[in-house]
Amino acid sequence: MSLWTRLTAWLALIFGLTYFLLPLIGMAEFSLKMRRGVYSLDAYAKVLGDPRFQETFTYSVVMALFTIAFGVLLVVPTAYWVRLKMPWARPYVEFVTLLPLVIPAIVIVFGYIRLYNTSSWLPLTGTAMGTNVLLMFGYATLALPYMYRAVDTGLRTIDVATLTEAAQSLGAGWITVLGRVILPNVLVAVLSGAFLTFAIVIGEFTMAALLNRPAFGPYLQVLGANRAYEPAALSVIAFAITWACMGLIQLATHLSKHTKAPR
Amino acid sequence: MSFLTIEHLEKSFGANRVVKDFNLGIEKGEFVSLLGPSGCGKTTVLRMVAGFETPSTGRIAIGGKDVVDLRPNQRNIGMVFQSYALFPNLTVADNIGFGLKVAGKPRAERTARVQEMLKLIGLSELGDRYPFQLSGGQQQRVALARALAPSPHVLLLDEPLSALDAKVRVSLRNEIRAIQKKLGITTIFVTHDQEEALSMSDRIVVMHGGIAEQVGTPFEVYNRPATKFVANFVGMLNTLSAEVIDAATGRVRIGGTEATLRRPLPEGKVMLAARPEMISLGLQPGRDTVLDGTITSVDFFGSVIRLRARVDGSDLAFDMFNTTEEPPPAPGTDVRLSLLASDLLLIGEN
Amino acid sequence: MQPEQGTRRGALRRLPLVWVGIAPFVLFVTLFLILPTLKIVIGAFQAGDGSFTLQNIRDLATGSIPAAFWISIKISVASALLGCAIGFAMAAAMILGGLPAAIRGPLLTFSGVASNFAGVPLAFAFLATLGPLGLVTVFLRTQLGIDLRALGFNILSFWGLTITYLFFQIPLMILIITPALDGLKREWREAASVLGATGPQYWRMVALPILFPSLLGTFALLFANAFGAVATAIALTGSSLNIVPILLFAQIRGDVLGNPNLGFALAFGMIVITGIANTIYIWLRARSERWLK
Repeated sequence: MSLWTRLTAWLALIFGLTYFLLPLIGMAEFSLKMRRGVYSLDAYAKVLGDPRFQETFTYSVVMALFTIAFGVLLVVPTAYWVRLKMPWARPYVEFVTLLPLVIPAIVIVFGYIRLYNTSSWLPLTGTAMGTNVLLMFGYATLALPYMYRAVDTGLRTIDVATLTEAAQSLGAGWITVLGRVILPNVLVAVLSGAFLTFAIVIGEFTMAALLNRPAFGPYLQVLGANRAYEPAALSVIAFAITWACMGLIQLATHLSKHTKAPR
Repeated sequence: MSFLTIEHLEKSFGANRVVKDFNLGIEKGEFVSLLGPSGCGKTTVLRMVAGFETPSTGRIAIGGKDVVDLRPNQRNIGMVFQSYALFPNLTVADNIGFGLKVAGKPRAERTARVQEMLKLIGLSELGDRYPFQLSGGQQQRVALARALAPSPHVLLLDEPLSALDAKVRVSLRNEIRAIQKKLGITTIFVTHDQEEALSMSDRIVVMHGGIAEQVGTPFEVYNRPATKFVANFVGMLNTLSAEVIDAATGRVRIGGTEATLRRPLPEGKVMLAARPEMISLGLQPGRDTVLDGTITSVDFFGSVIRLRARVDGSDLAFDMFNTTEEPPPAPGTDVRLSLLASDLLLIGEN
Repeated sequence: MQPEQGTRRGALRRLPLVWVGIAPFVLFVTLFLILPTLKIVIGAFQAGDGSFTLQNIRDLATGSIPAAFWISIKISVASALLGCAIGFAMAAAMILGGLPAAIRGPLLTFSGVASNFAGVPLAFAFLATLGPLGLVTVFLRTQLGIDLRALGFNILSFWGLTITYLFFQIPLMILIITPALDGLKREWREAASVLGATGPQYWRMVALPILFPSLLGTFALLFANAFGAVATAIALTGSSLNIVPILLFAQIRGDVLGNPNLGFALAFGMIVITGIANTIYIWLRARSERWLK
């Protein structure tokens, strides 16, 4: 490896890191500047004490949890079934799961608003609960590419057919096979997908704003339009949550490697 | 002065010396194998010749010209890798023509040379295929053609047969040797398979722990191993513990019999070794030492039958040819074995 | 049990039964992905009374809409190109540049975080850095006497948005291209080198053609990613920058275009653009991957 290659590599890395670290530092520094002349946590105190923050944040967390539960229930059996019984359909299913990466979220939610409004055959937006359900489906759609990929990758590493036959020969039914055999074996993949879903839902803005739900993302945007320091503090919190989700994915993967090592 | 000379070559990775004072001269057109277990430094020597590794000290010269400071693409060397390493995005013809293309040869010359090479490896019809459409053996032949197309001074083969099926391995082995002889190209062949080394090489370098333990023709390496390692690594060995009676004439006691090796031996107990083919069933003319034993197993390989007999508490393997008249002795049969004592190899003292 | 009869009867029954297993999935994607999209597509070709018309599509060429599409495409292309280039450079530096192996894990984890750190918080991070009172802006002005504003830089502009988008574009590129770079075998480089090729020749004739499909796919993905990004743009610029997602957002909220069906056409236009990007991708990929079947 020539010196020149090494030098270029370091330069590329340092350039990249500078670009990534500056906004984070800028954001963190700004969030501490609320009190004139000194660094303080005033912005954080103010934000955390705001009942609107507590409401919207709780709302988003609950939505994230429901989305994860729904996503797992939808994706795990589907991916499993496709691998086991319909391998020929895998490319098509995969294509469909990747569509949300291509069709912008704003277009999808626009479709929801027109399709499920009060005068339609399924008036989900007519009630708050109906809208919540619709938003949850929307989040599940957004998370679908990530969730499906994670679970499908997880299933690839285990021999689905043999595990199923082994369990069935011992008298297990479909529910038992899925819940007791398949799910534990792809738990790490499911967790990865779950944390990623959490990170996506917590900060999501477009769908929540257009469906008029009191979620964290729209709250953040409104606050940003009216305040100076609090949004920076909230961004730091949002970044910390994303970081924690990714850290948990790493941790899950790491732990699973350890349990699987002595094979 | 040899065509390719390697002098006092050393290579260390950190504190780990993987090649120690390696010396070798290879004549033009010679086929030399580097044989040894994994981690013996044979691949590192090859990679230093290719230019992928820089020697810690030492000299490598090709055609009298020192190449240590040259980059791989300036050395005019052909190399074949264990994993074929064909470029997956190029057709067979484009793979073979790659070296000529980067050398800026005109298209007509390239096409002619590629055709010639395809013919040489017997794949004239497959020029338009992509590597993934070929079998392993075909891919490796294309890799050979690609390495040879720019007419390199030296051909390096890094375990080219290890990834192939047993059958393909044997046929490709003969093919590589035939092509090498036809082109008269100086070749270094790295392998851990002694059968490949013995059958293909003009000379073999047996390596162990970064050191060349012995350099010699296949006949020499097999029949007169210079060290205990070479004796053990090349070919199969039966070991016999013996007690030296007369060190000067090499008279020893093996179990219940005595034998004379007709060469000086150390005092005390020694470990002797015999190749399976040195031992014959029954008394044979020219064999001066007789051992009594009981057959323990018979493995029928076809033309050759490998038998094992228990002699003085140790198992001896030996071979006999298949004959149509007589089946081999069954396990449990008491047999008499004979060998020529001076054939016995000394592999250790204790 | 007569096995032959059993299997025949089983096969007859299995065909619909097999579908039952993915029925929930099919139902879900139909209701919440396919139908909503179709609704938009159909609506784009309907007049207010539901009859077929091309007027909505024609109206896309009026007012501020063409400019919005144009600047959206420019931002998406610029941020995708730069994201690909810089992400590739960083991934290549990490894998091929001889950097310490310890960098790899943290960099990939960080990429995972940063590629998901989009939307509103990201906009605030950049406002706090490159905005009028941002860290870098203030530092350059007070310490080095460089006034970004005077130089024509504004975070609420084409370049401001592009630089902000890069924060999730680059890491996404790193995440996607790293496995592809890992897939480049050392032997290919060595084989090329021993055949006389220089480093640039190896890259031009072997490595880049092999990586091309992945590069292309990532580009298409990054393009769609930037084209559909609403939250970052709105939080960063409010409604001061006229790009398609912001326009559509305003239209859905309050029918600013004064024609509901023009909204459909606008959304349809977005699908067409990302659809074209992906069709080009699929077509080029098929062409460049002949060697993979």
